[in-house]
Order: sequence, then C-alpha cells, then structure tokens
Amino acid sequence: MPTIHFTANLASQTTAPVCTVDGTTVREALDAVFAQHPTLRSYVLDDQGATRQHVIVFVDGTAISDRRRLTDVIQPTSEIFVMQALSGG
Amino acid sequence: MITKLYLGTRKGLIEAERSAAGWHVTRISFLGVQVPMLLPDARDGTLYAAVEHGHFGTKFHASRDAGASWEERACPTFPPKPDDAPEVIGMATQQPIPWDLKKVWALEAGAAAGELWCGTLPGGLFHSLDSGASWRLVESLWNDPGRAKWMGGGAEWPGIHTILVDPRNRHRLLIGVSCGGVWESTDNGASWRNIGEGIRAEFMPPEQAYDPGIQDPHRIAWSAADPDTIWMQHHNGIFHSTDGGQKWREITNANPSNFGFAVVMHPQDPQTAWFVPGIKDELRVACDGALCVMRTSNGGQTFEPLRQGLPQEHAYHLVYRHCLDVTGDGRTLAFGSTTGSVWISENGGDSWERLSADLPPVYCVRFG
Repeated sequence: MPTIHFTANLASQTTAPVCTVDGTTVREALDAVFAQHPTLRSYVLDDQGATRQHVIVFVDGTAISDRRRLTDVIQPTSEIFVMQALSGG
Repeated sequence: MITKLYLGTRKGLIEAERSAAGWHVTRISFLGVQVPMLLPDARDGTLYAAVEHGHFGTKFHASRDAGASWEERACPTFPPKPDDAPEVIGMATQQPIPWDLKKVWALEAGAAAGELWCGTLPGGLFHSLDSGASWRLVESLWNDPGRAKWMGGGAEWPGIHTILVDPRNRHRLLIGVSCGGVWESTDNGASWRNIGEGIRAEFMPPEQAYDPGIQDPHRIAWSAADPDTIWMQHHNGIFHSTDGGQKWREITNANPSNFGFAVVMHPQDPQTAWFVPGIKDELRVACDGALCVMRTSNGGQTFEPLRQGLPQEHAYHLVYRHCLDVTGDGRTLAFGSTTGSVWISENGGDSWERLSADLPPVYCVRFG
C-alpha cells in the first residue's frame, strides 16, 4: 500500500504520523489519512479541497500536477511526501 | 482592575501582566507563528486566538486557563463553492474573489452565551453559537450583490475588520469592510444594508467619492455608553456619526494628522476617543518622527496630541487598526507598533510607559 510522510514542521503542529493507506490517486490516499486524522485536513488542503498554496506534494520524487483535484495516480509501492513549499518562506 | 494584556504578533501570542512593580511580559504561546487576531472573552474567561501558519493556513485555538494551555477548535471555513455560483470579480484586481479563508481579521463576542462573530479576508463573516466548535458563513452578506464592489485595502482581497454588536439590541450589528464601507444588520445577520452617507473616498474618481459601498474605514469604534456615537478612522480622514452610522461628518481639525488605522472610544464617555496618527497613506510613519496618541475629549471639537513617555525623535512606528485598546474604565490604554514596541498608559493617555521595544511586529492588542 502507498505510504504518506508529512514534513516534520507539520507534525510539530498537529497529529501527522507516517501512514500506510489504500488509494489509487493522491486524493484517495489523503482522504484515507484524513479519515483517521480529521484535524490534519485543513493543514494540507484549502477550503475548496485544493492543495494549500504553500504546500507541495511529491509522489515518488515528482511534484503532483493536479493540485486542485489531486487526481495524480499512485502505485501500491508509492512513497508520498507532503512538504512545505519554499514559496511560503 | 485589568491586569492582563494579550498581544497578537508576527511571531506568536505574547502576554503581559500588571504586578506591583508595573507591567512586564510573562509568556509567549505559538512561538514563530502569526497571531493576527485574539479575543479574551470576558463572559466566561475563554481566550481565543487565530493562529496563521505561513504554509498550513489559519487555525483557531481556545484556552480556558488564560493562555497556559490550548485546544484547537474549528476554524471558519468557506463552504464548497457551488458549480453554478457566479464568480465575484475583485474590482481592482479583476480576479475572482476566492472561497477560501486567507486571514481572520475580526473576532468579537455575540450577545448569547458562546456566540461569536468572525470577520475574514476575503470578506466573509462567520457566526458561531458554540464557542467556536463550529462556524457558519453568513451567506446573506456573502451573497449580497454589493460585495461585487468591494476591493482589497492594503491586501489582495477585501476584508471585514470591525464587528460591533449593539449592547442595547442584540440583533443589531455594524461591520466595517476594507474596502466596502459600513454594513448594518438589525436582524442578527439575516439581512444587511450598506450605510454611511457623508463618508468620502479620495482614492476614487470624483463621481464615486461618496459611494458608501467602496469606502475604506480602517477601523470603527463606538462607546458602550452610547452606541449611536461612532468614530471612524478612514483611509483618507476621520469621520464622526451621532446617529448610529447613518450619516457622517468629516473631521478637518485633527492634530497632528487625520491619517491612521486605530481608534478606540471611552466605554463610558462618548465624548472621548483616541487615535494613533501617521503622516498620510503614502507615508505611513509617525508625524515628524515624533510618536503621539491623539485624543479628543469633547466629541471632536478639538484634538490634542499626547506625547509624554513616547519617543519624539526618529520614531517611525506605525500602529495597525487592531493595535490600540482601552479598558472598561477608560483609564488604561495600550498600543503596539509594527516595529515591535508596546506602550501602556494608566491615566487615559496623559503619559505612557514602554512595555518592550523588542517584540515582533504587533497585529492585535487586547486587555483581558
């Protein structure tokens, strides 16, 4: 199953452990994480469910292309990293 | 006597306390994170803080032990934008106004127990009836066609920075919008009316200068003793109303300046108000490098600069709209600057003492 890691700076603000979840897209995987940790959702996504402006999500080393709907496809072996974008300072 | 002062700053929530030896800084919470708005709720002692992470957005926290410990509560959130909802295009930017919380810019207690009102950029008003456990967007205002005229004022998006709840009538609210003027509700937010005859905007073409829907009231204050008497520090001047905000008179005798952001009124004496003047909108520093607080004690007939204890040479402090507060007795005031100084007066502004010159930029000052 895909594994999701969160930047340590996020983990210092809220509950954001490494998670192994089901899913075939970034959206499905993140939704599975948020089902376990509801508070985490608003730290990663904005009010309309898009990736926050200064958050960046990598799948197997590549930044996702669909930041609004999170439809990027993931594999069972994928490693997903939710990081701070340097654009945010 | 009030003995606690809370400061929302660029780098956290800072507390100060009054002891026998005077005021001193005692604690910081949320170190490193912006705190643009806070509310010490006198009704039940809860302290609320909007905490704005640079990367992870705004969160809402509450403390029931005066800041010793915190719990995260729900944050005002815009609902999913319906596919058929028309875009509201910002007049100045010609970009759609997002349905996404950018900043908490106003937070006030409502009339009922646990009732809170929250104003945000981009121009949302939110209502909670359960001490921030949940929030509802006030759609009557969000969907008002008048919102299409709102503009950002010092920010990319318009925002609600002032919320006044009438102590005589719990269903009457006034809000201030930069830039969208003054809006009144007499049915606890179910419907709204844009008011403000006489408010003038220098920043608009002449034929729109008196349009109440595009005004930039930096801050609005009324006295609990007489909520019909209202002062407004506006982008290009100071305005005074004695009929609850329907009609306004422009003040031309401010001393030393009619520019600034903050204004507070004496809670018991509607003839007395304080401002913190700067030079003008394109030169946002203290006049002549000499910091002062400006007070009227006679309803605007005259204004006096209060300088004792404030730096009078090479002082370039700017004081934002939420950074001046006064206690219920009208005697103790505090203000904080964008360059990290905070001053306190315990004699109605006659003289001041500096709490600190070493703080982060100050965004919000409130006694608790």
